[in-house]
Amino acid sequence: MDFMAVLRVAMRALARNKMRTALTMLGIIIGVGAVICTVAIGEGASNQVQEQIRNLGDNIVFISAGSVTQGGVHMGSQATKTLTVGDAEAIRQQVPLVSKLSPGVGSQVQVVYKNQNWYTRVRGVGPDYMDIRRWPVSEGSLFGQHEVAAASNVCLIGKTVVENTFGDEDPVGKTMRVQNLPFLVIGVLQSKGQSPFGFDEDDTLIMPYTTVQKKISGIDWLNFIMCSAVSNDAIAPAEQQMAALLRERHHLRPDEDDDFIVRSPSDLAQAQAQAGRIMTLLLASIASVSLLVGGIGIMNIMLVSVTERTREIGVRMAVGATEEDVQMQFLSEALVLSLLGGTAGVMLGVAGSMAVSSMLRWPTLIPPEAIGVAVLFSAGVGVFFGYYPARKAAHLDPIEALRYE
Amino acid sequence: MREELVESKPDTEAAATSAPVIRVENVHKTYDLGEIQVHALRGVSLAIFPGEFVAIMGASGSGKSTFMNLAGCLDRPTRGRYLLEGQDVSQLTKKELAAIRNRRIGFVFQGFNLLPRTSALENVELPLVYSGIPHRQRVERSMEALRTVGLAGREEHHPAQLSGGQQQRVAIARALVNNPSILLADEPTGNLDSRTSVEIMEIFQRLNEERNLTILLVTHEADIAQYAKRTVTFRDGKVRHDVLIEGRLIAAQVLPTLASVDEDDEADASDGAEAQA
Repeated sequence: MDFMAVLRVAMRALARNKMRTALTMLGIIIGVGAVICTVAIGEGASNQVQEQIRNLGDNIVFISAGSVTQGGVHMGSQATKTLTVGDAEAIRQQVPLVSKLSPGVGSQVQVVYKNQNWYTRVRGVGPDYMDIRRWPVSEGSLFGQHEVAAASNVCLIGKTVVENTFGDEDPVGKTMRVQNLPFLVIGVLQSKGQSPFGFDEDDTLIMPYTTVQKKISGIDWLNFIMCSAVSNDAIAPAEQQMAALLRERHHLRPDEDDDFIVRSPSDLAQAQAQAGRIMTLLLASIASVSLLVGGIGIMNIMLVSVTERTREIGVRMAVGATEEDVQMQFLSEALVLSLLGGTAGVMLGVAGSMAVSSMLRWPTLIPPEAIGVAVLFSAGVGVFFGYYPARKAAHLDPIEALRYE
Repeated sequence: MREELVESKPDTEAAATSAPVIRVENVHKTYDLGEIQVHALRGVSLAIFPGEFVAIMGASGSGKSTFMNLAGCLDRPTRGRYLLEGQDVSQLTKKELAAIRNRRIGFVFQGFNLLPRTSALENVELPLVYSGIPHRQRVERSMEALRTVGLAGREEHHPAQLSGGQQQRVAIARALVNNPSILLADEPTGNLDSRTSVEIMEIFQRLNEERNLTILLVTHEADIAQYAKRTVTFRDGKVRHDVLIEGRLIAAQVLPTLASVDEDDEADASDGAEAQA
């Protein structure tokens, strides 16, 4: 019996009882729809985290001065004074996995413009910093190597600071006072919003690190070095190489702890994404329980159908259908039922996730392979739950079946 | 004594020239119903030759149905041999039996057993579907079979749109479409009025004459049995009488004498549907 004939017979049998077919499919439709929806919401969330990671910067590796404990007293992080510009230069020259690098110092400052004042963070960095963070200016321009060398009184200013000091005024080209020193605002940073760790990235000033060292903090060491690895895969080896280099430069004995901390923020964000993925998996598996229920529905209705069509099975056997032919007929009926349900379920899932997107404003994303998996899985459900009824039909005794009323 | 009855040579002409289509030798069939055993057949031996038209008679429980099931390869004997065209089919697997039913046996049932809501043409095609015949050829052969039983032009009618006689003719076309060696008809006129019954007999006699088709007809109606050439009567699981029919009725001659009750096929359709239900 050729495939098309089998398929046609299956379609006709299903078309004969449209209501029943639709209700049976409903289980699969809801199951597949629910799974697709959950996956779409989960993937959307995870995609958002990925977006934030990318937003964080370009394969960032962050080296900060370590915490020190002197005589049992913890002095807080970034308390060591051993991280230097020399370290930064050494990394730039000796670790080829690092493509971009910026020395950094940080502090808190009072800024004043006219009668407005604001307390904010200041970051002293090199010209590459903005590039590493993928953080352009929306107005004005960046500073370059020249301003770093001259320790110029120039600064870039974040949106939050602008709102709290300049208000509606255009800050570019204006002079504001930082720790009572006049600074020329040369650019306004593009808004970056909240960092994945929850603080306001726009509440900051950025200026050459030399300026912060000499004019604000009065120090000659660094608080951090911000690096960009050549690729995502290079982050881990770059971290190891930098750690080794710094230990050597800081003359640390093997039994001594690092006096610096190397870490990659993408690790954290990745862990967050991973947690989200596990959550999605959990929800999807709960949703797939309804697929199971749908499968049982198919089995139920197939058993009814076999009983109803006992005579037909007898006739088919009398005219030469083998057990395999009969089994194939009912199996393909279950398969068509579940595949149609699966396809409708995908459509429901897509529509549902679009509704979630537009009504709840949750980002959703349907991975194409999820659709394929959903359809294949529903086909699997059909075969699994159709097998027993089909076998039952195939094992009918033709004499009994022909006599069945 | 019994030998004499059983071995009465029916159709001398056929017997002389050819091997039997059906030869059963001391066949037993026992149904094991747990506590009790039912001996449906207790040693049946019979030979049926090509071109014979045999009426199988007997009361219910006589073993005639069991015999037909065995002859139709729907079941296997508990003991004894069954040779179909010289091939021993008593020990074949279910799959092999299905192939034999498909190619060598045509079934006609009392209740027609057409697939509902399926066109006459597709009903007739059914055996060919299981023989793996390509679609175009299936249609050609099915159309031809429908023409043979006088249903040209009704290919697309569904069983519910046909009269009982027409439905039975579709069933006969289905039985013929694979050119079987034997046609097994189990009470084919049981659901039909007397005139339609004779019409069906006319078709059987025509097929028997023109194509030399071997026909086994199970019936409990003595007048229907008169259209066959030979009667085999079962009782208590054994063959009791096996005789040639004398003064055989010829349906083509009987038909004109019958009052043409209601030959309008269209008007008959509703009756047919009822009869089937």
